Order: sequence, then structure tokens, then C-alpha cells
Amino acid sequence: MLRAISLFCVLFATWLLLSGHTDPLLVGFGVASCALAVFIARRMDIVDREGHPVHLTWRVPLFWAWLGWQILKSSWDVAKRCVLPGPPIDPRVIRVPVNQKTDLGVVTYANAITLTPGTVSMRTFRAEIEVHALTGGSADDLESGEMNRFVARVEGHK
Amino acid sequence: MDIWGQIADGASWALLVAGALFCMAGGVGILRFPDVYTRSHAAGVVDTAGAILILVGLMIQAGLTLITVKLIIILFFLLFTGPAATHALVKAALSGGQMPLTGPRGKGE
Repeated sequence: MLRAISLFCVLFATWLLLSGHTDPLLVGFGVASCALAVFIARRMDIVDREGHPVHLTWRVPLFWAWLGWQILKSSWDVAKRCVLPGPPIDPRVIRVPVNQKTDLGVVTYANAITLTPGTVSMRTFRAEIEVHALTGGSADDLESGEMNRFVARVEGHK
Repeated sequence: MDIWGQIADGASWALLVAGALFCMAGGVGILRFPDVYTRSHAAGVVDTAGAILILVGLMIQAGLTLITVKLIIILFFLLFTGPAATHALVKAALSGGQMPLTGPRGKGE
């Protein structure tokens, strides 16, 4: 129930920010549609730890900031390789271990790998992700395990 | 226009131009790289660094308004759906029997 109330608050905040309306009639419609959305989500049984992960806290913005910095760094590297003569690439397929305990954590890690230019996750196995890396350097960055540990910390284990 | 407005304008233009350059580099990479997997890396530059820099540049133009909130939401939407699409593409190529080229320049060891 608490999770449903929190979902309603998030939805209504989103509604307010996107619409910018303040007159009572329209705000009433907004409240009604948010309530309907929460009702449907509860009937579909998706208001759980995975569908509305409020237990993830201040570590999430920290992770996004760190990920943004990684993205800009590796984008610079890949963009250079796009235009340099050659092109100077050395693609390879590697497997990296997965420390996350939940599906949400594994998906976050695999998505973060794909989001960082130079590495794309191809397949996931029980304890490993198969990754296509553009260069030895991008493979080494991933194999250092920093991103793996960071996602596991955000997830709340360790 | 006051001095801060000019600084904001300059910063915003610098970000927009940088984003456009990243998009162009990514486009060149898509044309030059040898196979679908390496090309997906070049496309990754366009929909991460390119999108982030251009949208942040636009946020500075919009200032502290609801438009900026919408731009932030667009950015998050792109950053959540982009990798899902890239992964779907790569997995489809893999299922279709495309073997990734490896080794220097993707021409075999």
C-alpha cells in the first residue's frame, strides 16, 4: 500500500511538471488519471520492488553522475577512432562476471555496459555477461570490475 | 544582455557544437566500421554523448523553466531506451548467425 501511495505521488509530480496546469478542474483530472493508473498497476501486480524501486536511494544519482563521466570519456575515445585513418580498432568478445543479486541489478549493469560507447552486452548468462568490445582498452576498463562493483553497491548488496 | 546571460549563451553554444561534432563522428564511424557489432559502438556515440551534450545545451537555453524539466525527461527516456534497442539489434545479429569480426582493424588476427 505504501508503495502504491509513493507511486501515486511520483506519477502526480510527473503530471504536474509535464502539464504545468494549476486550475482546479484540470488538476482534478490529473489526480483522477493518476489514481486510475495506480489502480491498474496494482491489478496488474507490478507495483513491487522491481516495478517501482523506491528502495534505491541517493546512490542512484551518484551512479548516474559517474556513468555520465564514463560515457563522455569513452565517447571521446570511440569518436576519435571513428575518424582516424585505419580505423584503429581491435574488436574482441569477452565475458565479465556479474556480482548483482537481482534481475534489476543485472539489467542495470548490462544497460550501463551498452550505454558506454565501446562496449555492448550481447548475451547474459547466469553469472556472466558476454560483451563485444571495440578495443583492448575498452575491454580492460570493463574487466577492472569498477562498474560491476558500483552497480552492486547501488543495488544495496555489499 | 547581462554578462551571465552571455556566459550561459556561450556555454550552451559550445555544448551544442560539441554534441553535433560527436554525432558527425558517430555517423562517419557507422559508415567506416567493418561489421554490425563495431558499427553499433559508433551508433552508441551518437545516442549517448551526442544526445547528452545537445540536450544539456538546450537546457541552458531554456533556463529554469518547465521546458528544461521536459528536456531532462527526454534525456532519461533516451538513456533508458537506447541501450535496449542496441542490445536487441546486436542480439538479433547474433541469433542470425553474424559472427563478430575480431583482431586489429577487424580483419582477423
